[in-house]
Amino acid sequence: MARLRRNKNRAPEPVRSRGRRAPIIELNDVTKVYPGGHMALDRVSLSIGRGEFVFLVGPTGCGKSTLIKTLIRELDVTDGTVRIAGRDIGQMPDKKIPQLRRNIGTVFQDFKLLPNRTVYDNVAYALQVIGASRAEIREQVPATLRLVGLSTKLHNFPDQLSGGEQQRVAVARAFVNHPPLMLADEPSGNLDPVTSIGIMQLLYRINKTGTTVVVVTHDREMVDNMRRRVVELYEGRVVRDEVSGGYTEESTTEFGMRMQAEMGVGANGERKTNGHGHSLAR
Amino acid sequence: MSRIVFFFSEAFRALRRNGAPTLAAVITTVVTVVLLGVLIPVFQTAQAKSDEVASQLNVHFALYDDATNAEIAQAKAQIEAIPGVADVTFVSKQEALATLKSELSDKTIVDELHTNPLPASFEVKATNAADLPQIEREVMGTTAAGKKDPISPAISNPFSRQQSTQQIAKVTSALKIVLTVIMALLIVASLMLIGNTIRLSIFTRRREVEVMRLVGATRWFIRWPFLIEGVVVGFIGGLVAILILWIGKITIVDPLSDHGDSFALAQHNSTIAFPVLIAILFGAAILVSTIGSGVTLRRFLRV
Repeated sequence: MARLRRNKNRAPEPVRSRGRRAPIIELNDVTKVYPGGHMALDRVSLSIGRGEFVFLVGPTGCGKSTLIKTLIRELDVTDGTVRIAGRDIGQMPDKKIPQLRRNIGTVFQDFKLLPNRTVYDNVAYALQVIGASRAEIREQVPATLRLVGLSTKLHNFPDQLSGGEQQRVAVARAFVNHPPLMLADEPSGNLDPVTSIGIMQLLYRINKTGTTVVVVTHDREMVDNMRRRVVELYEGRVVRDEVSGGYTEESTTEFGMRMQAEMGVGANGERKTNGHGHSLAR
Repeated sequence: MSRIVFFFSEAFRALRRNGAPTLAAVITTVVTVVLLGVLIPVFQTAQAKSDEVASQLNVHFALYDDATNAEIAQAKAQIEAIPGVADVTFVSKQEALATLKSELSDKTIVDELHTNPLPASFEVKATNAADLPQIEREVMGTTAAGKKDPISPAISNPFSRQQSTQQIAKVTSALKIVLTVIMALLIVASLMLIGNTIRLSIFTRRREVEVMRLVGATRWFIRWPFLIEGVVVGFIGGLVAILILWIGKITIVDPLSDHGDSFALAQHNSTIAFPVLIAILFGAAILVSTIGSGVTLRRFLRV
């Protein structure tokens, strides 16, 4: 696929560029029927522009995870087309799929870290896979781990970390090669509210660097007042697609504070989540 | 280059971190290779022995003393033309007597004979010893009246030195089939055993493979470390097994072989040479564990 990597001299990529450039995700009447007849996606059409921050919400079983899986071609769609950066990935030969996945950072509820590797090696693996040089790895990995606030835990193994920290490692791994698109499937599903905010803030910060971020969550209440685009799925259909509460440009801190307010975490949540979620998760 | 180093370091990291499954795979390889290493020569010897017995089986056709050379030559050609006949040898009266003399313990008996009572004969061997009775029937023929009607007037009657030709032939061919089947089963079983153990060790790491795919690793990128692991497991397993076999050879088999007759099997010259045997086993161990890794991975690598 065409080089999806962002420009090195990353011009601040405001979210409002939506609609002016080719959408990074474009679904056209996508239908997915699982063997056995369950229809997980029912003619879903959706367009997400570069640099957007989108919440994908809906109850369990509404097809959110199926949608995410079709975006990385973990699943083939039954009907319709999925375009990533203008390219129909249904037509993509199997050989090209690793290439596609390198340009999409993915974060999951269960972290999916390699248990027998240190934090550093887990993140480095994503770079080794794309054939990055040792110098690049040595530069990028610590930088990314600093970004997610884990620079002191480089040599810990995943099972020595809290849930929030593990998810930060997963985010770092997804982001280490600066993909233009990041998918987070229930990134805070296993985490307590305060730690969740930390992760959301982190994703927001990543979005600020120009990466399109799609966050799947079943927590409708949280996103309702997020002032971000919300796409709601119900039984495989898009039943709502709007920017809730009016979009505003805001700093990561403001974003975090507002989220805390939304989730009723309290004033001291700020201090505890700014750095590492683990202080509370432990 | 750095990629190769990476693959090797990945493979050895995995071997270290998955100590128990690795050990299981190595031990399985050792056991199987040792078993094969012992049984292959034993089976080969048994096969060779039964072949030898079977090849000695024959039927003789006595010739009339007044048969002319032309008749004998014609009869020989006729017998050779029968399907299943491997070899026809003319045994003259003198040769028959000499053979008899060599077989008798009291050789003076022969000297006391003034004439040679033994007939000249054809010694007929079959490609497959079980066909001998059939060959005999064809040579002797039968008229409509049920009387003997040999294919040549020179032939008088069949005789066999071994009374139980037929039985021996049956037993040896049955033995051969049984040995071949057991051998084949053993090889299949060992392939599956090694393959399965490796599958198990990879299965415990399917999550790892899933993550690798997720971050965009190509199939071969994922596969190489596993294949290298398979080679290493096969290498170590093969090495240990060969060491055991070698110790067994010098402590058990070699002393017995020195006694000649008492353990003729072990030095039977049709048995595979030890260096060749270990080379084959070693190669097979590595090949099987590598293929085992590769095949198992296919399941997890489906995109």
